[in-house]
Amino acid sequence: MTSPMAPNASSVGAPGRRTVYSMCGMCAVRCPMEVTVEDGRVTWLQGNTHDQALGASLCAKGAAGLFLESDDERPQTPLIRAGERGGGQWRRVSWDEALDYIAGKLTETIDVFGGRGIALSDRGGPFTDLTQTFVRALGSPNYFDHDAACAGNVHNATRSLYGFGAAGLLFDYQHCKHLVLYGRNVVESLMVKEAKAFMAAVARGMRCTYIDPRATITASKATRYWQVRPKSDYALNLAIIHEVLEQDAYDKDFVARFVSGLDYLREAVKDTTPEWQEPHTGVPAAELRAFVTEIAADAPHVIFHPGWMSARHRQSFYVSRSALILNALMGSIELPGGCVLGKPPEHYGRKGLNHLTDRVPEVKEPRVDGAGGERPQWDPAIGMLHQAFAAMETGQPYGIGAYFAYRHDPFTGMPDPEATQRPIEKLKLLVSIDVRYSELGWFADVILPESTYLERANILGQMNGPVPVFAMRDQAIAPRFDSRPAWWIFREILHRMGITQALDFETIEELWNYQLDGTQVTVAEMREAGIVPLADAPRLIPRDELTFPTPSGKIEIESEVLKQAGLESLPAYVPKEAPAGEKFTLLFAKTATLAQGQSLNNPLLNERAPRQVLWIHPDRAAALGIADGDEVEVNGGGRYTGYLPAKVTRWIHPDAVFMLHGYGATVPLATRARGLGVADQRLQHGKLYDFDPAGGGCALTETVVQVRRRTSEGAAG
Amino acid sequence: MSKYELRHDEANCIGCLACEVHCKTNKQLGPGPDPCRVIALEPVEVGGLPRTRFVFMPCFHCEDPWCVRACPTGAMQKREKDGIVFVEDSLCIGCKSCIAACPWGTPQWDPATNKVVKCDYCMDRIDAGLQPACVTKCVTGCLSFGEANEVPDPRRERYARYILAEPAGGKDTSP
Repeated sequence: MTSPMAPNASSVGAPGRRTVYSMCGMCAVRCPMEVTVEDGRVTWLQGNTHDQALGASLCAKGAAGLFLESDDERPQTPLIRAGERGGGQWRRVSWDEALDYIAGKLTETIDVFGGRGIALSDRGGPFTDLTQTFVRALGSPNYFDHDAACAGNVHNATRSLYGFGAAGLLFDYQHCKHLVLYGRNVVESLMVKEAKAFMAAVARGMRCTYIDPRATITASKATRYWQVRPKSDYALNLAIIHEVLEQDAYDKDFVARFVSGLDYLREAVKDTTPEWQEPHTGVPAAELRAFVTEIAADAPHVIFHPGWMSARHRQSFYVSRSALILNALMGSIELPGGCVLGKPPEHYGRKGLNHLTDRVPEVKEPRVDGAGGERPQWDPAIGMLHQAFAAMETGQPYGIGAYFAYRHDPFTGMPDPEATQRPIEKLKLLVSIDVRYSELGWFADVILPESTYLERANILGQMNGPVPVFAMRDQAIAPRFDSRPAWWIFREILHRMGITQALDFETIEELWNYQLDGTQVTVAEMREAGIVPLADAPRLIPRDELTFPTPSGKIEIESEVLKQAGLESLPAYVPKEAPAGEKFTLLFAKTATLAQGQSLNNPLLNERAPRQVLWIHPDRAAALGIADGDEVEVNGGGRYTGYLPAKVTRWIHPDAVFMLHGYGATVPLATRARGLGVADQRLQHGKLYDFDPAGGGCALTETVVQVRRRTSEGAAG
Repeated sequence: MSKYELRHDEANCIGCLACEVHCKTNKQLGPGPDPCRVIALEPVEVGGLPRTRFVFMPCFHCEDPWCVRACPTGAMQKREKDGIVFVEDSLCIGCKSCIAACPWGTPQWDPATNKVVKCDYCMDRIDAGLQPACVTKCVTGCLSFGEANEVPDPRRERYARYILAEPAGGKDTSP
């Protein structure tokens, strides 16, 4: 039987030269981009200049998209597992067979576990209306984005204070006088638009205080660098808040009108003096005082950045939360040079995109992770994926029998993939939908090849910002292989489950028209520019009209939601023991050419990838007989040991070692990435269920590793 | 020298290597040749702060290019009208004389064609009224291109701001 084809977006394959507006798919930032297509071939990629803050800029990963497109080392047809899970034996099958197989297994799952026994995770972003619709249509509340290992803590911290999520605050670097970054490595963990705005602000003379146990390139651009002890940033913030109150350096008018819980705050920080924090963080008390004086002079045009990837340690939620409190104390909310609130289209009298989720009935079942229910402090819109794994493993609070990983690789992004194999083993169905072979995908029952971002169109996205925009990823070229776009894949699975209403669209244009209905924006307008702003210029909310969607309508320093959850709004700092001897806290990060594990099999990005080395402080290295360039072995307590060269440098705190993340891939069909370097997530032994209870995010840097110079016996082993 | 200047405003560079990849994709190069490179040096301490330095290395487009003199076939040429040094692909026999001759390692060997490739300021784009690929798509805008003296130079103004504003207590910690 011939597999059904997915229709291409209109004009795909047209002869001659044309410009198609898309969104980059080389990392999860998804920059708007302009694609030049000549006779059905992509010849040029650049940023979408209709987005003035971006211009034509594109990062190395974005440019290397051409090589994702031309690469044969990606799934080319649907594959069904033929041997053991992870055994690497696959059968090429038609789409019909793959989709029928999935539908059969879903039916089995529903019979045993009910609809709620189906889970899906993706990497969040502007297109989740589709995946949420798919999950909901199957009768499950269990949609997860990847934020358990990324922005979950900062997201939920923002929610607990301001009532909206992390995307609700946008940082106006352009007019900012002093930016405070807690390891937010703006110029390496790259969002092009943000990095561009940051560098323009630095060139203009913006002060930047950068706080990180490791001196990144962002530290190289800062006007102050504090090499704090790992995981001590919450102590630092408690002392900064103490000193702000002590110096009376807060915006009294703003706090009186818009903030509740100042007394609670005073009580929480009454003993956390600059002197108190000094032994915890290593920052001299006098420097902290000088910093607060400087900040106060620059207020309200100051930003305490609450973080992006914030799945760091067990009090990471409170690092974000205390940074967000500092913004409130500075009165830097909804002001130029401060934290500007994300506006929905309605703010400008416009209508937003119609939701696909409105086409399916709401699911009343409680989420398997308790988010929004037993754990009211976790946003049910993102969930916490480690708890889905826990449920797969234990059947508690109820079982999960089928799991879709859509362009998400928890074996790279989540800690301890060896441990994650236990829950995975119990599944009736594991499906990887991806443009590449992921580490998790290799253990799947079915791999469905999604067309690359240049070969597919997505549903439209809506981004609320100072000015909300609609954004389009149009299809530039026809797929090279037997792949399909996501909207079609999810539609076909639902059809086979007898669910026709949810995604009843024959073409992407038909789907877009549903989304755009009533918005006064047309598909043709979207195609002309790729992004359509819904207002001419940003309009700040006047102070008189400012309210927050919290229970009290104010910024809640003492949070009702946290109280309900039985959590403190600002608990005491938990002191960190300094690891000694061969023990170190393991830190990780990426550079501008890396996108977690996604980039290393790309021929050009593989070529650009830095050699992975282990940063170690000279004092600690000397004590262990480790010289710069020596091969060292690193072990996290499990069976996995990594070997890599040492980089002895004073730009890492003595308590920590550091390595780049995304290395150490194992999939045999991804030959360029396979075996390259060490997988830090495999050193995060025993950390799968270690998380910050308040924010839900993984506590990845609670990992302590043992580091030794590699001996000849080690080399033999 | 060529009449152009490809300016690297080092202070505004973040070492993201986008320029290297933009260059390669414009010339349709796979792994191997790098017509331009950004070299990052280990952080050094300046006024108590870490400072990472970057050096951008495309081609200098010399006045009297040794690569042109070394080329036995006339493939390596200097363009009369603007001084751009480029390889005429159809004449290159891949002998690597230019690679040996250049003091800066600018000409690159392309294993896909067995010929030499080098920075030619993206002549094709310049002649079409565009900017070189590295400049067009630079993430921070630290690269700029044009006829010398017409390229924007932010350095004096920035230095003036530093000495007047003293952002870090009087220490010059300019990034």
